[in-house]
Amino acid sequence: MKTLMLGNEAVARGLYEAGCSFVSSYPGTPSTEITECVAKYEEVYAEWAPNEKVALEAAFGASLRGVRSFCAMKHVGLNVAADPLFTISYTGVNAGLIIGVADDAGMHSSQNEQDSRHYAMAARIPMLEPSDSAEGLAFAKLAYELSEQFDTAVLLKMCTRVSHSQSVVETGERKLPAQRAYEKNPAKYIMMPANAKRRHPEVEARTKALTEWAETAEINRVEPGQKKTYGIITSSTCYQYVKEALGDTYPVLKLGMIWPMPEKKIRDFAAAVEKLVVVEELDGFIEAHCRSLGLTVSGKDLFPEIGELSQNMVQEKLGQAVQKGEILSEEIPARPPVMCAGCPHRSLFYVLKKLNLTVLGDIGCYTLGAVAPLNAIDTTVCMGASVSGLHGFVKAGDEESAGKTVAVIGDSTFIHSGVTGLINIAYNESNSTVIILDNSITGMTGHQQNPTTGYNLKGDPCTKIDLESLCHAVGIKRVRVVDPYDMETCQTVIKEELAAKEPSVIISRRPCALLKYVKHPGPICANPEKCKGCKACMSIGCPAISMVDGKAVIDETLCVGCGVCEQLCKFGALSQREKNF
Amino acid sequence: METKNMMIVGVGGQGTLLASKLLGRLLLTKGFDVKVSEVHGMSQRGGSVVTYVRWGDRVCSPIIDKGQADCILSFEMLEAARYTEYLKPGGRIIVNSQQINPMPVIAGAAAYPENLAEKLAALDAKVDAFDALSLAEEAGSSKAVNLVLMGRLAKHFDFTDEEWMDAIEKSVPSKFLEMNKKAFESGKAS
Repeated sequence: MKTLMLGNEAVARGLYEAGCSFVSSYPGTPSTEITECVAKYEEVYAEWAPNEKVALEAAFGASLRGVRSFCAMKHVGLNVAADPLFTISYTGVNAGLIIGVADDAGMHSSQNEQDSRHYAMAARIPMLEPSDSAEGLAFAKLAYELSEQFDTAVLLKMCTRVSHSQSVVETGERKLPAQRAYEKNPAKYIMMPANAKRRHPEVEARTKALTEWAETAEINRVEPGQKKTYGIITSSTCYQYVKEALGDTYPVLKLGMIWPMPEKKIRDFAAAVEKLVVVEELDGFIEAHCRSLGLTVSGKDLFPEIGELSQNMVQEKLGQAVQKGEILSEEIPARPPVMCAGCPHRSLFYVLKKLNLTVLGDIGCYTLGAVAPLNAIDTTVCMGASVSGLHGFVKAGDEESAGKTVAVIGDSTFIHSGVTGLINIAYNESNSTVIILDNSITGMTGHQQNPTTGYNLKGDPCTKIDLESLCHAVGIKRVRVVDPYDMETCQTVIKEELAAKEPSVIISRRPCALLKYVKHPGPICANPEKCKGCKACMSIGCPAISMVDGKAVIDETLCVGCGVCEQLCKFGALSQREKNF
Repeated sequence: METKNMMIVGVGGQGTLLASKLLGRLLLTKGFDVKVSEVHGMSQRGGSVVTYVRWGDRVCSPIIDKGQADCILSFEMLEAARYTEYLKPGGRIIVNSQQINPMPVIAGAAAYPENLAEKLAALDAKVDAFDALSLAEEAGSSKAVNLVLMGRLAKHFDFTDEEWMDAIEKSVPSKFLEMNKKAFESGKAS
């Protein structure tokens, strides 16, 4: 049946049809929906792991036990999973193992723009790169065949435009391969030096065999063109831009496997055209391979290493006329993302700013605490860096700076990699104050359950990790819980914990305002008679409040009635109760 | 046929995603090749969001580039103004005349441009600005703006009411189906 599917959904379908039976992932835009979609198939066991390293190791364990397994992550997640990745390359697999990784050129929702293709080469693990949903489905199935044929994990590389575009797919039936037996094989699975030394040549031999396969593989195909002026090598979404911009004007070598790449096929293609051009996003990865073959090639001299490409850019760089549109001669204010109305993080950040603290931030919705008017965050690096960074910051400073510095980290991010930093704080005794922003969900990626929510990926009740007990258990004696909507108490508790001469954790607990089970009292009422136009309510950056003719106005379609602005108004102009009179 | 390009733009949370999915689904049933590009993640949090819907005999790129959109369906005035560069000369802009202030305007760091409807009308474009929010509220919820806009858009497609209703039924939760159908009808009748 022909249906429209998101690239991620199509990969999930491919996994299902190929008989994948075990999935373990950590959410991360743009990879998240692969796991959410595959979890909807009853036959597939699927889970959210605490982080990507755990996810990959769990998927590897399932492969070892003989079932086709999968894990998904965003590009930066692969950094976390890199440790097992490089050694799983040596062990190989038992049943097929696919690692889905989704890059985010243009950084729609990421902290860097790394090119994950380098991991394939560095870890010697083959990487397939679909260019639309139909290929997402087909490549997922093919990846299992390759995985088992060549005894290797396979990387399935997505990107924002493939992951988050819907295109037409034709679905098939699920075929479940028989579970493979697990047999002890220390020489293959115990990677201590003596064994690893024998496995490394196997890895290199495998790469040679895969390169041979790449020479004739159907997914590395040449599409003929009318003119030989250029010959274009491309892959992924860039292939679509090339075809959109140029149709069949020039021959195209479309690579479905991006590592290892063929050699003869590329040489032959180059020999048949006047000028070889590589169209690829981010780094010159294919281009470097062409150069290593001694070919003269154009690539990053034409196309940027930064951001996404597009069909217009392909036309422009290859000397074709480009369509243009009309720009409105008007200053158009930007519309950056903001914390939602009623977001429990907002008031907490307001207090941090009021206390003029140095705030080491982390990855999640609360990163938006960095933007105006709150401007409450000093750093954002990667998952968990707030907690570990705080320890170093406090150790390197004096007592006074320790009393003026905190880390903020979300519940899911804390479990992902904040807890190890907290163990360091306890063990090496820095006078650090960590604030866990517990909104009882993984927010930014679109409401995924996590070990602190009490529900699993399938929505069933499960063990709920108790954050207070966890913090106590790793050696933190001072653990306080506050409601971020209650700003006065928050301020008092933060001051007390900063003054304490030992490590402490403050859990700022209130569920995300967008969660369906959260009941809201209804919009705040603004009284123009009482409003003096002092703009105190504007200092929290709530999208539901604006000033019209010098008076505060509440947008009732957005306001949920959290009451934070009410606490800021000294004149009683903003009130929940007002409406009752 | 030549590929047709529709951009759906608005503010994160307004329901642009559902509109693009609904349209994509409908176009597929009519036998077109279809691509719909969505936005997930951070930009959904009240930011400027844009989705692309493309259909034809064979659609390659999932995105629409500058000067290529046959139509921009905008959920908000400022967002229509932001993306005019993507419109083909003589293309169509259907826009909800609602004004939603972005944070720089709320914070007083920027001003919301005045008389945007007139400025849009001065472009080489067919501009249809109307109050979709009021119609949505009349239908039962401000959240139904997307269906009102789909109704307005339906006037430019030769799909039957049954085909639209079928796509709506498959795209919205059954709890809100009647309200959404009402919103669609009011957009179409407006």
